[in-house]
Amino acid sequence: MLDNNQLLRFTTAGSVDDGKSTLIGRLLYDSKSIFEDQLQSIETTSKKKGHEGVDLALFTDGLRDEREQGITIDVAYRYFTTPKRKFIIADTPGHIQYTRNMVTGASTANVATILVDARHGVIEQTKRHAFIASLLNIPHVIVCVNKMDLVDFSEEVFNDIVSQFEEISSKMLIKDVRFIPMSALLGDNVVNKSENMSWYQGAPMLNMLETMHISSDVNKIDARFPVQTVLRPQNESYRDYRGYAGRIASGVFRVGDEVTVMPSGFTSVIKSINLNDQDLEEAFAPMSVAMTLEDDIDISRGDMIVRSNNKPEATQDLEVMLCWLNNSPAKPRAKYTIKHTSNDQKAMIKEVIYKIDINTLGRNEDDKDLKMNDISKVKIRTTKPLMIDDYRENRTTGSLILVDDDTNETVAAGMIV
Amino acid sequence: MSSSSKYYLNYLDELESEAIYVLREVWAQFQNPVILFSGGKDSIVVTHLAKKAFHPSKIPFALMHVDTGHNFPETIKFRDDIIKELGVNLIVGSVQESIDEGRVAEEKGKNATRNALQITTLLDAIEANKIDCAIGGGRRDEEKARAKERFFSHRDDFGQWDPKNQRPELWNIFNGKYFEGEHFRAFPISNWTEMDVWNYIKRENIAIPSLYFAHEREVVWRQDAWIPNSEFLVLEDHEEIVTKKIRFRTLGDITITGGIESDADTLEKIADEVSGMRQTERGNRSDDKRSESAMEDRKRQGYF
Ligand SMILES: Nc1nc2c(ncn2[C@@H]2O[C@H](COP(=O)(O)OP(=O)(O)O)[C@@H](O)[C@H]2O)c(=O)[nH]1
Repeated sequence: MLDNNQLLRFTTAGSVDDGKSTLIGRLLYDSKSIFEDQLQSIETTSKKKGHEGVDLALFTDGLRDEREQGITIDVAYRYFTTPKRKFIIADTPGHIQYTRNMVTGASTANVATILVDARHGVIEQTKRHAFIASLLNIPHVIVCVNKMDLVDFSEEVFNDIVSQFEEISSKMLIKDVRFIPMSALLGDNVVNKSENMSWYQGAPMLNMLETMHISSDVNKIDARFPVQTVLRPQNESYRDYRGYAGRIASGVFRVGDEVTVMPSGFTSVIKSINLNDQDLEEAFAPMSVAMTLEDDIDISRGDMIVRSNNKPEATQDLEVMLCWLNNSPAKPRAKYTIKHTSNDQKAMIKEVIYKIDINTLGRNEDDKDLKMNDISKVKIRTTKPLMIDDYRENRTTGSLILVDDDTNETVAAGMIV
Repeated sequence: MSSSSKYYLNYLDELESEAIYVLREVWAQFQNPVILFSGGKDSIVVTHLAKKAFHPSKIPFALMHVDTGHNFPETIKFRDDIIKELGVNLIVGSVQESIDEGRVAEEKGKNATRNALQITTLLDAIEANKIDCAIGGGRRDEEKARAKERFFSHRDDFGQWDPKNQRPELWNIFNGKYFEGEHFRAFPISNWTEMDVWNYIKRENIAIPSLYFAHEREVVWRQDAWIPNSEFLVLEDHEEIVTKKIRFRTLGDITITGGIESDADTLEKIADEVSGMRQTERGNRSDDKRSESAMEDRKRQGYF
């Protein structure tokens, strides 16, 4: 691998039997990312189950329960590398009851791949998957029109599905959509270019993933540095060192920048940026660094260092698109711990404005319960201000989770609007 | 000022940055975290990352070793050297003590291993030392049961993992809240593959035990791998000890860790060799060959 190779994270979504597992298996197999012992174990299982040949779908089956039930129930991560990039796949199930897993897998993705069965075209599930990709602000979407072998590799069928999808996606905020006609089973347009569909001028899926521009997926404009912890070494040569450690959420910081510490509002100037024993002139998202400032200010975990000429909003009142992740529904006016960047506060859901009907994508203003897999727009009030940006502008300072203090479980994920 | 296109990280820098972020979250969210240090390359990389995460402070965690008593002598020496160099505390959980105290019973037979016994020792040590987070070098690419593991992985008050009921983990917001008696495992290098680990070791020039480099050693061919000769080895009739040039891809118990024949005696050559490998690294470990779900069963009970 070359030194400047990037890391690309993508999710896969599809309805049961659209061929998602086969597609991932195919991607790994044709890019030579499956090891022999793994292949052997798949071959053995395939035989046991009475499949002829190797069932590539078996490669992505994770835990025993799923193996026994033959379904995927949670998010599983897969890895492969080509000479151009390293890839992380968040493999999530597509059934309606698993919205929460899709949201989880989508939260860190650069690319969402959405599978469509060429025979069925765009269905309700496809709409839902597109909606989640848009809600989670995934920068790129690839619509994989699969099982083209079952529709005689017809260009017309493909074009029809493209227009169906464009009709629904035009109403959503999806920035970059691409379409690929493929057969995961036969390997057409997955890694290798299809010989059966010479009418398709675009790249096969792997090539698309390898070459797509992802450097701008991270916000490089708004400099935000949530402080995770303060480094105060007990060591002679660093007696006065006070380093603020964290991962840059967005933007670029340079030595000499005038910065403001929020929420206190104190200002100072960046004295140094350190990574281990290196001194850097500048650092950008998503680098983990330590910063020192010219002035001695009281800064602790939960504070945010930002450039003085570009600040996030500090507020206790948030409007949030909330996805409920837990079996127990939200309790009215209950208190939760809200986790936002490195900041923990108490919070209350003050009002449910509407719930999204995941089938029609319409708004329902009458049903205000927050149950597992519900996506709703809510008002939240926190005990102390959070330093926020819109999720659309900033996936790090715009996202949050709610934790139930009675169970310690993560019960909801929120995107600030 | 050059164009904004220079503002991106390569994959190793991004993985490093992610791991450092996780380690700092552990430090901020827990009272008494430790690094589970086996002397293997993954825990060495985690330790190296911890050094970077807290520089110029020293690593704020103790290192904990679950000692099966069936060690490679090289591993123990390496462990003691690194402890001295870093100036951190070492906590040892001893499987031999657990056996002597009757907490666990030794397996019998020629393929006996102390692998499963480590679970009890580990959980006892976690409880005895009031550890609320044990940081491990587990990677999701290692084994299918690990593919669903979280960065912050919750364990109940029996130390057990419930893969079907894990806390969802979104963006990079980690929920490390727990009740009395429970604890967490944290996996900073979840997203690294074996190849990434080697490329990183090479790039950072990290010291690793000599066992990883090709060397002459007395071995016996067993279960498709070269098992090293040691005081614990009981030979079967048809088995024969031979000397081979081998190296190890993972380090575990000396009784079950199989070596591969190799000439790779530099980091450069190891990385090349690994990139051409057609077998997973755990393919040489007899503990994982016992059944389809061997790893998952152990993990549920509290294994690393
Ligand atoms: N004809 C054809 N069958 C496919 C294709 N992709 C997947 N399948 C089959 O569709 C079925 C479901 O595939 P699977 O990958 O398990 O779907 P999943 O539920 O989305 O993971 C299996 O029988 C596959 O062999 C394809 O491109 N063409």
